[in-house]
Amino acid sequence: MEDLHALEERMLAGIEAAGDLPALEQARVAALGKKSPLSQAMKGLGGLDIEARKEAGVRLNQIKRKLADAVDVRRAALERAALDQRLATERVDVTLPTRPEAEGTVHPISQVLDELIAILADMGFRVVEGPDIEDDFHNFTALNIPPEHPARQMHDTFYFGADEAGERMLLRTHTSPVQIRHMQAEPPPHRIIAPGRTYRCDYDMTHTPMFHQIEGLVIDESTHMGHLKGCLIDLARAFFEVEDLPVRFRPSYFPFTEPSAEMDIGCSREGGGLRIGHGADWMEILGCGMVHPRVLEIVGLDPARYQGFAFGIGVERPAMLKYGIPDLRSFFDADLRWLRHYGFAPFDVPTLAAGLSA
Amino acid sequence: MKFTLSWLKTHLETDVSVDDIAAKLTAVGLEVEEVRRPGDELAPFTVAYVVEARQHPNADKLRLCTVDTGTEQVEVVCGAPNAHTGMKGVFAPPGTTIPGTGVALKKAKIRGVESCGMLCSEREMGLSDEHEGIIELDPDAPVGAPFAEVMGLDDPLFDIAITPNRADCLGVYGIARDLAAAGLGRLKSADIEPVPGTFTSPIDVILDFPGDGPSPCPLFLGRYIRDVRNCESPRWLKDRLSSVGLRPISALVDLTNYLTIDRNRPVHVFDAGKVKGDIWLRLGQVGATFAALNGKEYVLDDAMTGIGDESGVISLAGVMGGEPTGCTMETTDVFIEIALFDPVRTAATGRTFNLESDARYRFERGVDPAFAGPGMELMTRLVMELCGGEASEVVVAGAEPAWRREIAFRPSRVKALGGVDCERSDSLGILTALGFACKEQEGGMVSVAPPPWRGDILGEADLVEEVLRIAGFDQIPAVSLSPTAAERARPALSPTRRRLGAVRRSLTARGMFEAVTWSFMPRQHAVLFGDAPDALVLANPINAELDAMRPSILPNLIEACRRNADRGFADAALFETGPVYSGTAPDEQRTVVAGVRAAAAVPRNWHGPERPVDPFDAKADALAALSAAGVSLGSLQTRTEGPAWYHPGRVGTLGLGRNVLATFGELHPGVLAELGAEGPMVGFEVMIDALPRPKAKATRAKPSLAASDYPAAERDFAFILDGGVPASEVERAARNAEKALIKAVTVFDVYAGPGIEADKKSLAITVRLEAQDRTLTDPEIDAAAAKIVANVAKMTGGVLRG
Repeated sequence: MEDLHALEERMLAGIEAAGDLPALEQARVAALGKKSPLSQAMKGLGGLDIEARKEAGVRLNQIKRKLADAVDVRRAALERAALDQRLATERVDVTLPTRPEAEGTVHPISQVLDELIAILADMGFRVVEGPDIEDDFHNFTALNIPPEHPARQMHDTFYFGADEAGERMLLRTHTSPVQIRHMQAEPPPHRIIAPGRTYRCDYDMTHTPMFHQIEGLVIDESTHMGHLKGCLIDLARAFFEVEDLPVRFRPSYFPFTEPSAEMDIGCSREGGGLRIGHGADWMEILGCGMVHPRVLEIVGLDPARYQGFAFGIGVERPAMLKYGIPDLRSFFDADLRWLRHYGFAPFDVPTLAAGLSA
Repeated sequence: MKFTLSWLKTHLETDVSVDDIAAKLTAVGLEVEEVRRPGDELAPFTVAYVVEARQHPNADKLRLCTVDTGTEQVEVVCGAPNAHTGMKGVFAPPGTTIPGTGVALKKAKIRGVESCGMLCSEREMGLSDEHEGIIELDPDAPVGAPFAEVMGLDDPLFDIAITPNRADCLGVYGIARDLAAAGLGRLKSADIEPVPGTFTSPIDVILDFPGDGPSPCPLFLGRYIRDVRNCESPRWLKDRLSSVGLRPISALVDLTNYLTIDRNRPVHVFDAGKVKGDIWLRLGQVGATFAALNGKEYVLDDAMTGIGDESGVISLAGVMGGEPTGCTMETTDVFIEIALFDPVRTAATGRTFNLESDARYRFERGVDPAFAGPGMELMTRLVMELCGGEASEVVVAGAEPAWRREIAFRPSRVKALGGVDCERSDSLGILTALGFACKEQEGGMVSVAPPPWRGDILGEADLVEEVLRIAGFDQIPAVSLSPTAAERARPALSPTRRRLGAVRRSLTARGMFEAVTWSFMPRQHAVLFGDAPDALVLANPINAELDAMRPSILPNLIEACRRNADRGFADAALFETGPVYSGTAPDEQRTVVAGVRAAAAVPRNWHGPERPVDPFDAKADALAALSAAGVSLGSLQTRTEGPAWYHPGRVGTLGLGRNVLATFGELHPGVLAELGAEGPMVGFEVMIDALPRPKAKATRAKPSLAASDYPAAERDFAFILDGGVPASEVERAARNAEKALIKAVTVFDVYAGPGIEADKKSLAITVRLEAQDRTLTDPEIDAAAAKIVANVAKMTGGVLRG
């Protein structure tokens, strides 16, 4: 019988030399098959005495395991090589474009509304809404604007035809009528904002017949003008994301607030462009004031007990200021190039946690 | 409202800077829109002495001037015929920009001689159109001094915005009063010495009004001044009017303008020689014509107050005087009118005629009812100063209307409403300085009587505002708002708004662009998409095109797709969330999400050819929107019908029972053609208000997950059906065949054509079966399959394809 060591070396050499999987199978059969010298030797063990059998059995099993391992290693290597070879033929040009996919954008008005709502919701404001088509009472009279008030002439109101009773409905000129509807419907305290479409009969470089506003209203028994200032300064700084944005409040006039104010923010017009922040100029961004006692009376609240403030801020102009959008009229043109350029990605949901425009 | 610093200083003793005045004006609520400093613009231009003017050696019409600028002598070439030795003119050195022409001046050789500057004409200085010669200044003008200063052109001009409540500041005196109260100087005394009348006016005034309602003219003061000599106004008056942009005409006319601007006191002066008989004021001059000072004729209506004499209407009360009775240089006797007119009527008259005037502007905001008398004395005095003459006694028709009132004021409200710790004495001091009379009452109350010029002050809040604005809004402390615990616990958004947010971002992620379009549209577009009732047509649309409130957003989006196609972007995917209207009542406005896709859904690309949009793109959009809005899609029914603006064979309705949640489909080619748009386009509308409200849940916790640990089985079926059987019915029949085990039914093939009978189709579905507690055995699966086949046959007439 062949020397076991030599047998092992020969078989291992055969396995190593196998150039492909069929050759490896042949080598495996030769080394470990029923007719292999190793199997024959195993069969011959029965004829040995117990000590010799034990010794020879251990040795043969060692060789068998070694050969089997060698087959596995060789197989893995051959399979890997075969795979490599296949993959080499499967090359694609990854510089080719992907299948067409599209992502749209959120309109700047929606985005800025979401931003303003995120800030104001954090101050405890709740969003309410009201109709675009209003009656004279809610849009004017209840806001302390009697029929012949000069302020009414300044509103450039869109009217519908008169009904049988001679009453004309109109398109709301501001979101303030929502204040009235809300105060009529719910008991105080109130802390609401009312975003929505508003309309004025005016169309030029800086006016569109439709635009958006957010109305704010706080009514309780102790809110004073300091809260108005704090709320609106916080709003402006959070919205423009400028911590030390200069602000100022000027006395102004609105029939539905007393005292009334307009709020300006600092800006610079140096070099032709407009920049929000520190600079030589001021820019008006909103009107506000303490709700007029007459308005409270009209909605059935006792002005001796309740007080608070209201404000109205446009949406398009802050959007233009913050995001550098040059032309108001383009907001309503649905030009895909404009929407793609000035719009916002679907998952850019403004939150205070993440930063409004981060 | 425009006024100059020097005009202001006739009423306000102050030495604060222009900047400080401007800042204070804005701080007290008189917003400065612009401060012009002509002195700054004209600073480079100085007085120069022409030492010698001689003939230009190379040009007949030019002169060569040696000019002393005060610092040096330079040679200047000048083409003006009046340039002469010894004159004083306005010198512009090289480098300055000439105001009248906007041209920057450079050293240049003119006909071979270098000119080091320019002597300017009035036109070049932007003063007038005069360009015949150069400006010749007074011989006493100091050489080298700024020209603007010498000419009095350096007066800073303020332009301020006056809010409608502050009629009192439509006069320079009122502005001075506010500034003085705010600590910017001392208000000069405005006492007016009355002029005694020496005779009875030959013209009387009759107020001829019906007794009820507010009087169209509560008070009319008249005064006859005889033997006046109208003339050109003196320099001070002309300069004052010119400085605020008014053209001087004659002393009598200029004085009316002066009182208007200086004291917010409109005045009218009739040429008394042209007034026939007495003067009356009446309503109801229907059809009477009136020739106004602006050269136009007006026909009065019932509501207007006419001022007339025996000849008819000669003046339109509070708005404009008449041409025939106007003053001319020949006028010798005048009749001065100082009156109070009803603001509402005055405004309405002006609006009817679209007639703006300084008088109307002031009357409709309210003039000081107590200043009629003093105003008359001031006017009389000024007329006699400038034009001489002799004044009659004052004709008084009507009476000063009641304006005195008292307001109970708690100074503590400055803190409670305004948030400012203002000393009681400071608050009352501010009110007193503004002309309010303060009387202490019991219990810390103060009774405050507003002055007659403050018709806008009606309540305590108004008084708080007065104190705050004079103290300064910058004194108000800023107090941040924080939400209460209750406010933190509930959402800020309504369910609808929350849904819209999710829908918006979902559609955007699907490749659609959000648009915002007008709420109105052309009526002929509206009728194509439902109704355009008369009630929803605007009486005064911005243009004839945009006259009807939209019944649907789709036409606007189709239009937008058309515009984008015109710009070369035909493959559009646009949506909008917003209102549509079926009537003018609040509940007839509904919130809709609508979208349109046009041309190619998938562009040509190397993976495959272009795929045009089809109804399933719109259906997918609608389903995505519904899903984002929280609607469970499993229970939705798709019906093969929908509104007429869709292709009748390619339209669907998604609903729950009879409740229509959405429609979708290919847009009707006929409708697109009417809108001038090219197809194909598909669209959808989701009726946000019709969606089922999310149920109020007792807990936020989700139900526990019931996932089976046992394998699922899938079986495919192909049925032969009548061509008209909707796939959804086959799906439903299959699903309902064995509800416990069937987890999903999916259509994977539809076929009609060779091998299938005409009018029939083959529909293939795959069914996923799964049990919660065991692995399904083959007999169980076979039994379920048999039930599916039987139920599909029963519900749809479909037979298993052999």
